[in-house]
Amino acid sequence: MSTILQMQGITKEFPGVKALEDVTLTVEEGEIHAICGENGAGKSTLMKVLSGVYPYGTYDGDIVFEGEVARFHSINESERAGIVIIHQELALVPHLTVAENIFLGNERRGRTGLINWNRANHEATDLMNQVGLHENPLTPVSQLGVGKQQLIEIAKALSKEVKLLILDEPTAALNDVDSAHLLDLLRSLKKRGITSIMISHKLNEIESVADTTTVIRDGKTIEQLDMSEADVDQDRMIRGMVGRDLEHRYPAHEPHIGEEVFRVKDWTVYHPTQQDRVIIEDASFFIRAGEVVGLAGLMGAGRTELAMSLFGRSYGRAHSGTILKDGKELHLRTVSDAISAGIAYVTEDRKKYGLNLIDNVRRNISAAALFKLTRNGWVNGNEELKVAEEYRQSMNIKTPTVMQTVNNLSGGNQQKVVLSKWIYTDADVVILDEPTRGIDVGAKYEIFTIVNRLAAEGKAVLVISSELPELLGTCDRIYALAFGRITGVVDVADATQEGLMKLMTQERSAANGGAEEMEQAQS
Amino acid sequence: MTGTHHYRDLILRNLRQSGIFIAFVAIVLLFTQLTDGTLLSPGNLTNIVLQYSYILVLAIGMVIVIIGGHIDLSVGSVAAFAGAVSGILVIKEGMPWWVGVLAAIGVGIAAGAWQGFWVAFVGIPAFITTLAGMLLFRGATWYVLGSISLSPFPKQYQEIGNGFANGWLGGDGYDLFTVLIFAFAVVGYAVGTWRSRQARIAYNQSVESIILFILKIVVVGVVVMAFAWQLAQDRGLPYVLIILGVLIMAYTIITTRTVFGRHVYAIGGNLTAATLSGVKVKWVNFGILLNMGFLAGVAGVLYSARTNSAQPGAGNLFELDAIAASFIGGAAVTGGVGRVTGAMVGGLIMAVLSNGMSLMGLGLPEQQMVKGLVLLLAVAFDVYNKRRAGTK
Repeated sequence: MSTILQMQGITKEFPGVKALEDVTLTVEEGEIHAICGENGAGKSTLMKVLSGVYPYGTYDGDIVFEGEVARFHSINESERAGIVIIHQELALVPHLTVAENIFLGNERRGRTGLINWNRANHEATDLMNQVGLHENPLTPVSQLGVGKQQLIEIAKALSKEVKLLILDEPTAALNDVDSAHLLDLLRSLKKRGITSIMISHKLNEIESVADTTTVIRDGKTIEQLDMSEADVDQDRMIRGMVGRDLEHRYPAHEPHIGEEVFRVKDWTVYHPTQQDRVIIEDASFFIRAGEVVGLAGLMGAGRTELAMSLFGRSYGRAHSGTILKDGKELHLRTVSDAISAGIAYVTEDRKKYGLNLIDNVRRNISAAALFKLTRNGWVNGNEELKVAEEYRQSMNIKTPTVMQTVNNLSGGNQQKVVLSKWIYTDADVVILDEPTRGIDVGAKYEIFTIVNRLAAEGKAVLVISSELPELLGTCDRIYALAFGRITGVVDVADATQEGLMKLMTQERSAANGGAEEMEQAQS
Repeated sequence: MTGTHHYRDLILRNLRQSGIFIAFVAIVLLFTQLTDGTLLSPGNLTNIVLQYSYILVLAIGMVIVIIGGHIDLSVGSVAAFAGAVSGILVIKEGMPWWVGVLAAIGVGIAAGAWQGFWVAFVGIPAFITTLAGMLLFRGATWYVLGSISLSPFPKQYQEIGNGFANGWLGGDGYDLFTVLIFAFAVVGYAVGTWRSRQARIAYNQSVESIILFILKIVVVGVVVMAFAWQLAQDRGLPYVLIILGVLIMAYTIITTRTVFGRHVYAIGGNLTAATLSGVKVKWVNFGILLNMGFLAGVAGVLYSARTNSAQPGAGNLFELDAIAASFIGGAAVTGGVGRVTGAMVGGLIMAVLSNGMSLMGLGLPEQQMVKGLVLLLAVAFDVYNKRRAGTK
C-alpha cells in the first residue's frame, strides 16, 4: 500500500479563531480512514481545505495527493484530481430526476452539444447498480428517501471517476438498515480500490468499517489509531476525543436550588416533512429554580429540535407529551404563547435565527418584549433607549452606541445582544442553545457569568452544548441526548467526560442490547 | 477599528441615506437649468404636486410592502376599481360626493383584505397574489364600467383633486394662508428635531454638531418656504398636498414609532428571527397588504377627482411608478430597509424627471427610457453598497 494523501502542517485561521493548527493527516491508498472528534474540533474545516472550498493560499501547509503537491483553488479542481466530498446536507436538486442529478454539472453531451439523454440514463442505471440502488433513473429525487439519496450522491461521485471519496457524517440522517447498507457499500468500494475518508460521530460504525482513525481535538491532530490493533476500541477513541487538560476556567457557581419550575414529560416530535421519522422520542426532564441543567448531545442528536419544539412548536409536527411549569400544564402553540408563559429560547445560530443583522442593537434587544415598551401600539422610544443602554452596561456589550448595526459587532457581543433580548422578556425558564458557539475564550467566560447570574436570580436554565468541559464546568446536572432520546442524567459531581460521551453515542440498538445484557446478568 | 475606518464607515452609511437627497437636488438644479427656470415656476410646481400626488400616496404603501419583503403589482388596478365604484355611485346613481369617497376607500380596503388573506394565511407569494389581483381588479373595473368612461363628478368631488385652499386669510398677490401653514410646519419641524436632539443628549447618544444642526434646519426652512412662496403666488395650497402631508406624517410615525412598524422591519430583515421573537408574522403581512389596499383606494379617489372621470384604463402602470419610487428612495430589494420619506423623494425624482423632460419637449418614449435607467442605477447603487458591507 502506498500513501495516497498526505496533509502536512495544515493551519487555517479565521478572524480571531485558529480553526486548525499544524494538522497532519496521512491516508493510505485503498483504506477507509475515519476522522473523529467533538463538534468544532475542526474536522469539516480540514475537509474543506482538502477539497478546495478554502482555496490554496488561504491556509498554511501542504497537501500531497498521489505524490504531487496539490494546489486546489476551487472544488472543481479537486474533483478533477479525483477527490469528491459528500456533505452532510445533501446537494441534490429535489425536482430533477436521479439521472439528471447524477450528471449535474457534468452532463453527457452528444456531438451536437445537446445532452444525450439515452446515454445519460443508461450510464445512470449502470452507476446506480454499482451502489446497489434499483430505481428508475427518471424518478425525481424528492420521491426517494434520505438513504437512497445518499446512494445517489455516491453514484454521482463515481461518475466523476473518484479516487478519494470524503463522506461527512454519511449516516447521521439514516436509519439502521440504510446505515448498514451504506457501510457495506463503502467496503465494496474499498475492494475496487477507492479510498474513503469518513467523518462520523458513530463510534461503533467507525469501529466496524474503518482501517485507520485520526482523532482531532481543538484543531489539532491528537493521534492516529490503527483499528486492527487489539486495544483500540470505542473507549480508546473517546479518550482521544475528550482527553484534554482540564485547566478550564469557568466562573465559580454556587447552586441555590429551589422548587421544580419546568418539567417535560414523554415529549415526542416528528420530522416536519418526512412522515414517519421520529426526531424526539419520549423525552422527559425537569429543571428547578436556580439550577443550571446541561443537555449534552452531539450534532444531529436532536438538541435544537427538542428545544425549538418546546418553544411554541417552532420545530416539527405531531407533538405529543406534556409541558409543566410550576406544576401547571402549558399549551404552547405559538412563540408568543411561549414568551408570555415565561420561556425564552436563545438560538444556536444567532445570525440566522437570533438577530435582525441589518438593524441596530437597541431594536434587537427590544424585539422579543416590545410589549413591555408599548401602550396602545405605540413604542416608547426613549424608554427603549434607556433599556438598551442599561443592557449595554450590565451585559458589557462592546459597542460605541446602541444605535450601532448589530452586523458590525463581534460574535461575542452579538451573543450578548441576543441574551439581553431574552433576559428582557423576564422569562423564568431560559434555554440556551450552544451559547458559546463561535465566540472567543474571554467572551465565553462572560457568557457563563451571565448564566450564573440568571441562576442566582432563581431562573431555571437549560444549557445545550456539545462541549463537555463547558457543561461540566458550569452545570449542576446534565442530561445526555443521543439520536432523539434522553439516554441518561448525571449529577455534575459524578459526571466524567468519558461517561457522558458514552451516553451521547449510545445508539438505540446498543441501548436495547445493553439493557438485555443487564437483565441477563441479573437473572 | 481605527478612527479613520470609523469615519469612512459613517460617511458611507450616511451616503446611502442622504445620497438620495443629493441626487434629488442635483436633478432639480439640472432641469431648472435646462428649462430656463420654468421647472420651479409657481404654476409648474403646483402642477407637479397635482399630477404626482397619487403616485406618492401609493409609494407610501408600497415602501411598507417592500420593507416587509413583498411586492404589490395590483395597486394601479385597485385604484382604478375604487375610482370606478365611486363613479358608478356618484355619477350614475346620483349619490352625494362623500358616499363615493367612502365607497372608493372601502373598495380599496376590501381588495387589500382579499390579497392579504391569500398572502398571509394561505401562503401565496405576494408577487403571484397581486399579479392575479392586477388582472382581477382591472377586469372588475371594465366590468362595472362596461368599458366606458363616466364623467363628470360633482364640483365638491373634483375639488379633492383640483381644489385649493386660497384666499382664506387674504394676502396681496399671494395667499397668506398657504405661507402661514408652511411657516407653521417649518417651526414644528425645528421644534421637533430640537426636542429629539435634546432627548438624545439626555440619553448620552451622539448628535451632530450644533452648527451642522442649525444649518440643516435653516436649509430645510429656506427650501420649504421658497416652495410655499411659489405655491402662494399661483393658486394657493392644493387640497391634495394637505392630504399627502397628513399621510406622510402619519405613516412616518407608524413605521418608526409603532409596534406594527417595528414588526414590518423585523420580518423583512430576518423572517425566522422575527418568528422566533414572537412576531405574529401572518397578521403583520395581512396588515401590510390591507394598508396598501387602503392607500390604493385613496389614490383612486385622487385620480378620479383630478381627471374628473371614472375610466376603465385609470391607474395603468401606477404600480411600477410606486415600486420604482420606493427603490430609488433607498428601499432594499431583500426587504428590511426603507423609509417613507425616502420613497417620497424617490417619487419626486421620478416626477421631476417626467415633468422636466415634458417641459423640454421630450415625449413619453424618452421619459420612459430615462426613468428605466434611473431605477436600474438606484438599485445597482444599493446592491453595490451591500456587497461592500458584505466583504468587510
